[in-house]
Amino acid sequence: MAPPSVEVKNLTKRFGTTLALDDISFHIGKGELFGFIGPDGAGKTTLFRILTTLQLPDIGTCTVEGFDVVKDYKKIRNMSGYMPGKFSLYQDLSVEENLNFFATIFGTTLRENYDLIKDIYQQIEPFKNRKAGQLSGGMKQKLALSCALIHKPEILFLDEPTTGVDAVSRLEFWEMLRRLKASGITILVSTPYMDEAGLCDRVALMQGGRIMSVSTPAKVVADYPLNLLSVKSGDIYHLLGELREYPGIHSVYAFGQSAHVSFKSGDIVPERLADHLTQNDHRLVEVTPIEATIEDCFMELMTDKT
Amino acid sequence: MVAETENIIIVRDLVKSFGSFIANDHLTFSVKRGEIFGFLGANGAGKTTTIKILCGLSYPTSGELSVGGFDIYTQREKVKKNIGYMSQRFSLYDDLTVYENIRFYGGIYGLGKKEIDSRAGALMAQLGFETSRNKLIRDIPLGWKQKLAFSVAILHNPKIVFLDEPTGGVDPITRRQFWDMIFEAAHQGITVFVTTHYMDEAEYCDRVSIMVDGRIAAMDTPDNLKLQFGSPSMNEVFLKLARAKAE
Repeated sequence: MAPPSVEVKNLTKRFGTTLALDDISFHIGKGELFGFIGPDGAGKTTLFRILTTLQLPDIGTCTVEGFDVVKDYKKIRNMSGYMPGKFSLYQDLSVEENLNFFATIFGTTLRENYDLIKDIYQQIEPFKNRKAGQLSGGMKQKLALSCALIHKPEILFLDEPTTGVDAVSRLEFWEMLRRLKASGITILVSTPYMDEAGLCDRVALMQGGRIMSVSTPAKVVADYPLNLLSVKSGDIYHLLGELREYPGIHSVYAFGQSAHVSFKSGDIVPERLADHLTQNDHRLVEVTPIEATIEDCFMELMTDKT
Repeated sequence: MVAETENIIIVRDLVKSFGSFIANDHLTFSVKRGEIFGFLGANGAGKTTTIKILCGLSYPTSGELSVGGFDIYTQREKVKKNIGYMSQRFSLYDDLTVYENIRFYGGIYGLGKKEIDSRAGALMAQLGFETSRNKLIRDIPLGWKQKLAFSVAILHNPKIVFLDEPTGGVDPITRRQFWDMIFEAAHQGITVFVTTHYMDEAEYCDRVSIMVDGRIAAMDTPDNLKLQFGSPSMNEVFLKLARAKAE
C-alpha cells in the first residue's frame, strides 16, 4: 500500500487554557480530496498551521509526505501549497507581480508551471496589472489559489477558501478543486459549510478541537443512528414550537421551510404526528420520512458529545 | 393592499454611484412592519452599500428613502436611534466583559443605569449567560458572541434591526438558535432586515430580494420565487439568477 500523504497521531495543541486540538489522529491517502468540516473554533486553522510547519505541536506526531513536521520542516515547505484563511498576498503588488514573487521564492517561473494554473489564472489574467488589494473577493480567491499552486506542490492546504463567499463563487471554486484533483495532487480543505462535505472523498467532522467522525460522506450519512422526518406546515415558527412539545421526539431543527424531526425507531408514528398537527390548527401539514444530511449528522454528533 | 403606513422601510429609485461605478442602480422596494426581509446577493452586488445608506451612514446619490418613518436625508439621527445594527466582523468589544458591552451599548442608546441593569439581567438570564457576566468577550465562543451581539442590537427596542451576515462560521446548532431569536424578535414586532450566504436561511424569511450587479433581480416570498424559477430550493433560485447575469 502507498504511504499516506498525511499522518497525524495523538496531536494536541493548547493556547493558554484553551485546548485547540484535543488528541486527534487521522491519515490522508495520496491524491485524496479531504475535507475538515466544522464551525469557527473547531481547530481547523491550528491543524493546518501545524501541518504546514508554521506552528509546533505540543504532543503527538505529524508527517506530510513521509516527512516530520518538526524535523523536516524545510522539505515540507517546498512541497506544500498553502492558502490561509485570511487573504495574505501583497495588496500593493499587482496580480502578476504576486505570482512572479511566489514563483521566484520557490525557484521557478510562471511560464514553467503555467499549465497547472492556466485554468484558474486565465480567469484573472485580464486584470494582471491590477493591484491585489483592488480585486473583488472571488478574484482574490483565484489569485491566492494560483499563488499556492505556482511551485507545483504535491499537497495543497486550503483553509476556509469559501468562507464569506456567495453560493455561485463557492460552486465555481469546488469545480476548480475537482479539476485539480484530477492532476493527482492531494488536497486538504477546511470549511464551515456542511453542504460542501458531499464534494469531498472523505471528511473529518470537527468541533471544539476534536474530530467527531472521519469517513466518506456516504458513510457518515449511513451511520446516522436515528429515524428522520421532514415536517412542513404553513408557519415554521409555530411548527417548531409545537414539535418541541411532542412526546418521543429526540430533536427538532429547522431546515429551510421544513423542520427535521429525529426519533428512535418506534417512538413516533408519523401518521399520528401529522394528525396531531392538523388537529392543532397547523395547515398544509406534510410529514415525509427522509435520509439524513451531513448537517443532521453533525448536529447529532455535537449533542452526543456534550 | 398594504397601507403606506405599514411600510417601515420605503426605497424609491435609489441610486448610489462611486465615480463611474454604479453600486445601487435604481432600487425600489419596501419592507413591512414586523417582516423578516432577506436581502441577498452575490459578493459585490451592492448589498453593503444599501445597508449603509439605510442605516444613515452614507448618503444616496439620488432617490427617496424613509426608514422607520424618518427621511434619510433630513432625519438621519432619528433614523439611527430607531434602528439596531449587527455586523459579522465587529459588534462587541473584545476587551470589555459581557456586562460592560451591554452597559456600553445601553448608554449609547440613552438608557438609564437602572434600565440597563434590569435589561442586562433579563438578557443574561434568557441567554443562560449569568455565570459569564464578567468574562471578556474575547474568551467566549463565537456562537455566544453572535447571540449576545443580536440581543445588544435590540436592547433599545428598535423598530428595525439590520443583520449583516450574522451567522457566518457559526456551528449549525447555534445558527438555528440564532434564528429562533430572530423569529422571536419579529414576533414582538421588530422588523428584521438580514443578509446571509446560507440559502437555507433565505427560506426562513417572509420575503427575499436578490441583488445582481446593483439591481434587484427578483423579490418575493421564498415559495413564489421557487415557483417562478421552477426550482425546489432557494439555493437553486439564487444560482440561476446570479449565474445568468455573470455569464
